[in-house]
Amino acid sequence: MLELKGIGYTVREADGELGILNDISLTIDDHRLVVFTGPNGGGKTTLAKIIMGLVKPTSGRILWNGQDITDLGITERAKLGISYGFQQPPRFKGLTVRSLLTIASGDGKLSKDRCCQYLTKVGLCANDYLDREVDVSLSGGEVKRIEIASILARGSELMIFDEPEAGIDLWSFARLTETFEQIHAEGRATMIIISHQERIISLADEVVVVGDGEIRHRGSAQEILPKILADTTSICPVLTKGGVSK
Amino acid sequence: MMDTEVDRELLEKIADLIGKPVGAFNIRKDTGCDGRQSTDHIKITGKDDKPGIDIRVLPGTKGETCHIPVIITKPGISEMVYNDFYIGEDSDVDIVAGCGIHNCGSETSRHDGIHTFYVGKNSRVHYSEKHYGEGDGTGGRIMNPQTIVYLEEGASIQMDTTQIRGIDSTKRYTKIVCGPGAEAVITERLLTHGDQVAESDMEIVLDGNDSKGRVISRSVAQGSSSQIFRPLVVGNARCFGHVQCDSIIMGTATIRSVPEIAANSTEAQLIHEAAIGKIAGDQLLKLQTLGLTEEEAEDRILKGFLA
Ligand SMILES: Nc1ncnc2c1ncn2[C@@H]1O[C@H](COP(=O)(O)OP(=O)(O)OP(=O)(O)O)[C@@H](O)[C@H]1O
Ligand SMILES: [Mg+2]
Repeated sequence: MLELKGIGYTVREADGELGILNDISLTIDDHRLVVFTGPNGGGKTTLAKIIMGLVKPTSGRILWNGQDITDLGITERAKLGISYGFQQPPRFKGLTVRSLLTIASGDGKLSKDRCCQYLTKVGLCANDYLDREVDVSLSGGEVKRIEIASILARGSELMIFDEPEAGIDLWSFARLTETFEQIHAEGRATMIIISHQERIISLADEVVVVGDGEIRHRGSAQEILPKILADTTSICPVLTKGGVSK
Repeated sequence: MMDTEVDRELLEKIADLIGKPVGAFNIRKDTGCDGRQSTDHIKITGKDDKPGIDIRVLPGTKGETCHIPVIITKPGISEMVYNDFYIGEDSDVDIVAGCGIHNCGSETSRHDGIHTFYVGKNSRVHYSEKHYGEGDGTGGRIMNPQTIVYLEEGASIQMDTTQIRGIDSTKRYTKIVCGPGAEAVITERLLTHGDQVAESDMEIVLDGNDSKGRVISRSVAQGSSSQIFRPLVVGNARCFGHVQCDSIIMGTATIRSVPEIAANSTEAQLIHEAAIGKIAGDQLLKLQTLGLTEEEAEDRILKGFLA
């Protein structure tokens, strides 16, 4: 179980403090599939990074399976079963797809077959990719799918995916949603998926709408989807007021 | 031959040699000859007028390997060695050189070598050279290798040089002259640490039409070490040249990378790229999210980069 208690995050700027997250409290039970959605810049990635330990919150506590992990580092959290697939995955000169998956799995002797299975789950043809370097020669969608495969290989108790659909073609997207459904059905992991996709939102047990650094709405996909659609017209006060930003 | 633990370790490090090599070899230890073997196709003879050997590969020799490691196990040795390679036409050979210094004394150990290759028509040479130093003495470990290669028409050389740790000071000079249709590929891997210094000058001269030259240099400078690279590709004909230098800088190290391309023909097509930067923060973070500690992540990134 993951518990966020009054999470706040502010950064210092030249002209004072900038609030990014404000008093976020949320509990996610085991083996649930929760989707975080909401407007760009709303704070979803920041919240995910706070759970992984990539960003330190300025207030609040994080509990994982009852243990307070707020002060633990990234590596320690990874070892406790938390994983995060980056919105913009880094590239590595000299590290092959196979080595990345091997590192992720924590099994130094990860078989070629297993590597291939992970790649297939994200719609990549394994033989073309195993020995390629995860460097600038890969396309955006390819890197993104390899990133997701690394989370599958890790097989953590908590998997956080940050906009897994971004840049991914329709065929791979279909394969990917099947993969999420499968993990969910097997009850193997708790998943937090940050997404703007209706198809992914509809898989969720619960949808959390994050906007302006706060939880705007929570509920089932059926409840939330209509709300989001209704919101789209009123989301930008500047546009609706005058059409020109100041 | 290879009678001590130190010998065995050094030879394994620099030439991947375990036990007696197969094929032609010459092992130079502490300025003397510690073993030599010629084969039907590869003849190794000592020089009369100066230290070093001549290696003659008969025309048409295919798929043979020649090992010529140098090891220095005593402090205070300083040597200058001349090795000449005559590669006959239509050959295809692997030459494994390398120098290992074990210095546990207070005096400096130093190996300077001049390797000259004459590669005949349509021959292919794969030359690899590893430099390695160890020992807990205060004496310096110095290596200054020079490699000069002449490629005749259609000949090619793939030269892989590696120096990972242990050499306090190195000054490397490499020059390759390419005839028509000849191709030179140099890959350089270098890691310096502590207060080591490394300098690498390279010159690829593309003299013949349709010749090609390529330099791929990757280095890591740690601690307060310093590195200077000056790769130069000169195009004198219809040719293609590409220089790519990539360095990771750490600690208080310094790196200068000065790639140069020079065209003396309108048909020369030359490119250079150079980049220096620290390990990207998001790479370290990503590997930590996969359960590695920060140190492990750093090691893994450097290992991949220098692979
Ligand atoms: N270190 C920082 N300094 C200043 N501003 C920051 C910092 N980190 C995040 N922000 C700001 O906080 C807000 C939330 O960013 P975040 O990346 O969490 O949004 P998001 O909901 O993931 O958006 P998107 O849907 O575009 O991915 C943005 O306005 C961003 O510019
Ligand atoms: Mg985001």
